[in-house]
Amino acid sequence: MIDYLDEPCLQKPLSQTLEQKASSLIDIRGLNKWYGQFHVLRDIDLQIHKGEKVVICGPSGSGKSTLIRCINCLEEHQQGSIVVDGTRLTNDLDNIETIRREVGMVFQQFNLFPHLTILENCTLAPIWVRKQAKKEAEKVAMEYLERVQIPDQAHKYPGQLSGGQQQRVAIARSLCMNPEVMLFDEPTSALDPEMIKEVLDVMIELAREGMTMLCVTHEMGFARTVADRVIFMDEGQIIEQAPPAEFFDNPRSERTRQFLGQVLNH
Amino acid sequence: MSERVSRTTFYKRLSRLWRNGDSRPLLMQALVVLVVLLLVVWVINNTMNNLEHRGISTGFDFLSQEAGFGIIQTLVEYDESHSYGRTFTVGVLNTLLVSSLGIAFATVLGFLVGIARLSANWLLARAASVFIETFRNIPLLLQIFFWYFAVLAALPHPRRSLAFGDMIFLNLRGLYLPQPVIEQGLMPVLASVVVAIVTALVVRATIRQHRLRTGQGTIAMPWLLLGVLVGMPALVWHFSGATLSVELPQLRGFNFRGGITIIPELGALLLALTIYTAAFIAEVVRAGIESVPKGQKEAAAALGLKPGKVMTLVVIPQAMKVIIPPLTNQYLNLAKNSSLATAIGYPDLVSVFAGTTLNQTGQAVEVIAMTMAVYLTISLSVSLLMNIYNRRVALIER
Amino acid sequence: MSDQMIPARKPPKQSVGLLVWSKNNLFASLPSTVATVLIVYGLYLLLPPVVQWGLLDATWWGSDGTACTTEGACWAFVTARLDQFIYGFYPQDHQWRANVFFFQLVLLIGWLTIKATPGKKWVLGYALLLMPLVSWWLLYGGLGLKIVATHQWGGLMLTLLLALCGMVASLPFGILLALGRRSNMPVIRALSTAYIEMWRGVPLITVLFMASVMLPLFVPEQVVFDKLLRALIGIVMFQAAYMAEVVRGGLQAIPKGQFEAFGSLGLSYWQGMVLIILPQAMKLVIPGVVNTFIALFKDTSLVLVIGLFDLLAIVQAGLNDPAWLGFAVEGYLFAGFVFWAFCYGMSKYSQRLEQQLHQGR
Repeated sequence: MIDYLDEPCLQKPLSQTLEQKASSLIDIRGLNKWYGQFHVLRDIDLQIHKGEKVVICGPSGSGKSTLIRCINCLEEHQQGSIVVDGTRLTNDLDNIETIRREVGMVFQQFNLFPHLTILENCTLAPIWVRKQAKKEAEKVAMEYLERVQIPDQAHKYPGQLSGGQQQRVAIARSLCMNPEVMLFDEPTSALDPEMIKEVLDVMIELAREGMTMLCVTHEMGFARTVADRVIFMDEGQIIEQAPPAEFFDNPRSERTRQFLGQVLNH
Repeated sequence: MSERVSRTTFYKRLSRLWRNGDSRPLLMQALVVLVVLLLVVWVINNTMNNLEHRGISTGFDFLSQEAGFGIIQTLVEYDESHSYGRTFTVGVLNTLLVSSLGIAFATVLGFLVGIARLSANWLLARAASVFIETFRNIPLLLQIFFWYFAVLAALPHPRRSLAFGDMIFLNLRGLYLPQPVIEQGLMPVLASVVVAIVTALVVRATIRQHRLRTGQGTIAMPWLLLGVLVGMPALVWHFSGATLSVELPQLRGFNFRGGITIIPELGALLLALTIYTAAFIAEVVRAGIESVPKGQKEAAAALGLKPGKVMTLVVIPQAMKVIIPPLTNQYLNLAKNSSLATAIGYPDLVSVFAGTTLNQTGQAVEVIAMTMAVYLTISLSVSLLMNIYNRRVALIER
Repeated sequence: MSDQMIPARKPPKQSVGLLVWSKNNLFASLPSTVATVLIVYGLYLLLPPVVQWGLLDATWWGSDGTACTTEGACWAFVTARLDQFIYGFYPQDHQWRANVFFFQLVLLIGWLTIKATPGKKWVLGYALLLMPLVSWWLLYGGLGLKIVATHQWGGLMLTLLLALCGMVASLPFGILLALGRRSNMPVIRALSTAYIEMWRGVPLITVLFMASVMLPLFVPEQVVFDKLLRALIGIVMFQAAYMAEVVRGGLQAIPKGQFEAFGSLGLSYWQGMVLIILPQAMKLVIPGVVNTFIALFKDTSLVLVIGLFDLLAIVQAGLNDPAWLGFAVEGYLFAGFVFWAFCYGMSKYSQRLEQQLHQGR
């Protein structure tokens, strides 16, 4: 009756008989989503393999954030199927939680918990979801904090850190859950220019270690160096997807060319 | 001639002092202090003159004089022969009684309504909103009158009381509840209740520690805790052979005797204070929960936390920080508003002291000063605690 | 992978429409369904009898209690005494003066709330400075109007007058106190803080008692205060403390740069305050001022404890009239509705202002 957290996946996806490829970690078929009457996602098909790094770009309002938020069910979809690591997204709460455990997410606004220390931010989910011992969780958290290079801030509160540091903590917080996939929702858009690099460096490092990543970003340099595939979205649909070299040097669609012209030449 | 010169130099000096950035504030403050002092002296002087002319005595001697009037509800022993000082105590205690009961009820009701206001159920949210908008926009005094003169006054006479299972009776004269009477042999049971509570707390802490240390086991074991809380006293009861009797209210002549009586004045006041304040608390609670950004819930959910855990670990701790300061403010308002008791004759501090005592002794200055001092003490001490709390919260997190 | 775009389609039937809405908002889960059913059942139990009692079976007119013979509400109690509820004991052939007062209020409120009207600054100036004086003259008399003593005032008229005068008079004191509390001069800051905290720490009812019994003691014997004036002084002293805190909130919201800016322009403290800081701060505090006004409006009902007949007091007095015994519910419902309508309207207005403020920034 009283439910503050909107559980958006209460709508059961229409049953579709599609064979899911075993090799793809994320498998999205025929995904459609409406905000009221507005058709935000149109017939999206997208498969992401284990270890693949995919960058999604596109003008604002093209539905790219909505798409990745559908994957861990922060947004409900009306048609189509989403399968993550063999688990199909349904309206079942346990099901949603299973998927969320496997999918890490980093937000544009960091969304660190201001009432908890950095360390507590990182150990919250391992303790309460993974049911790890506190000592154990703290040990793991410190390892990840070292990898994002802020172990000395562990006992401070988020408000005492810079934006770049906060975002690195947010990445560490997700990694502590040992996810199969990491979703990045414009992770550098809210940062001052001088802090973007420190966050991107952490993401590049993560990519090198073989993490499966799906990343919404405007950082085209990052896309070029890290991505296996770049996807361009506009008006709620996937217009073009290609390896970065091909995508940047030889875009096929006129829209993509326009967009790249705007992003690269500013 | 020389006087004139010295006067002009004096003005010049004064004007230089006034133009000087360092001395001007000092001059100004001295001036303000002077004006305030003069005003105070003038008022005191007038008051002394007036009191003398009217033949009213001053000082606090009246506190030891016999009051000579009865009070319908007292928490301590009191009758006509007690002093005005005792009247003051009775008034303060009654004010504290109605305030603390009101705060407890209003908190429960206010949180329920505030949470209902945010419910995903449209109808429930609407109902809560109608409750809030109705009761906070009608003067409290009117609500007190409504409950006292329109609702409680329409209850039946004692002989035709509304009875709930021969134990609880409700009529025009009040609400009559059974009163548990402590008899011999009850002490071990009472002691075991205390022990049980302590044990339950220790067990809970141990489970939690165990869980945090090893990651094994559940977090809370409500049944185990309930078992400890109920089981221990029950066993002790059984083996110590303690007896507890309940004194039931009984109709004798025209009225009920025995049991606990809640007089209609207290009932009406409590109802009105509870509902009125609950409407404000509900808004405080709603605003507090809504103040937690949506991203916080999303981030917690994205980490795989269940909705219940999202609330208890992420939303409520943040919301409480926003809720507590205005909530304390509402508590203070309730305590101050309890003074409206005087309008229906509930014997609170204002009613028995600033009302009856003042009328009988005429010593307005002393009586009003004492009354105000009581409220001021409550308010200032609570604000002091609040400031300390705020400073601590501000210190953490930033 | 071409420029062939997929056209937007309508959402599937399963996701829109009344049925889906009620599934999501009324019957989303078992507890939610239970709540819905309980509320609907409660309304089913409650509404028909209330409508039956309050409207269908009600008696609307009559000269005394005997007119009300039906089972329904006796609104005749209200209609027969409406005059008194509005004007108190104000003499009948002078009630036009009260009507002019009401009309003036409606005009001012309309002028200030409707966006398109010109000359708001002047109207506001009139409302804050001249209006209380003009209203006092209209109601009290003098200068060609017959004098109506204040003990004849009452009802809604008195409620409005107390609230308005209390409000308008407390505003300047509140501003001074707020400036005092933020002053650099320790003595002035301490005095202002002490004043504010003291009045905010005590209930209004004790302030009214104080104004009614102590104020006459504070002044020389030959000075005699009207009872209404004493109540008003008490209300203003009390209200000024609350107003000060609202204004202080507005002052705190003004960026520090603004204070530095007027200093660097060579303006004096008062010039800077009046020309730069206060106009900005006042805009921010209007919603807060309206909220304290709502609180004051409700609190004016307390004047009945010192023997003034505001709306509530006069309804209360009417209930004791032997010709109209036993109509407490009707009386309180009427008074409650009047208070509610005023307060609810004002709170909606203040919410709208707040939203505009948030959008403007």
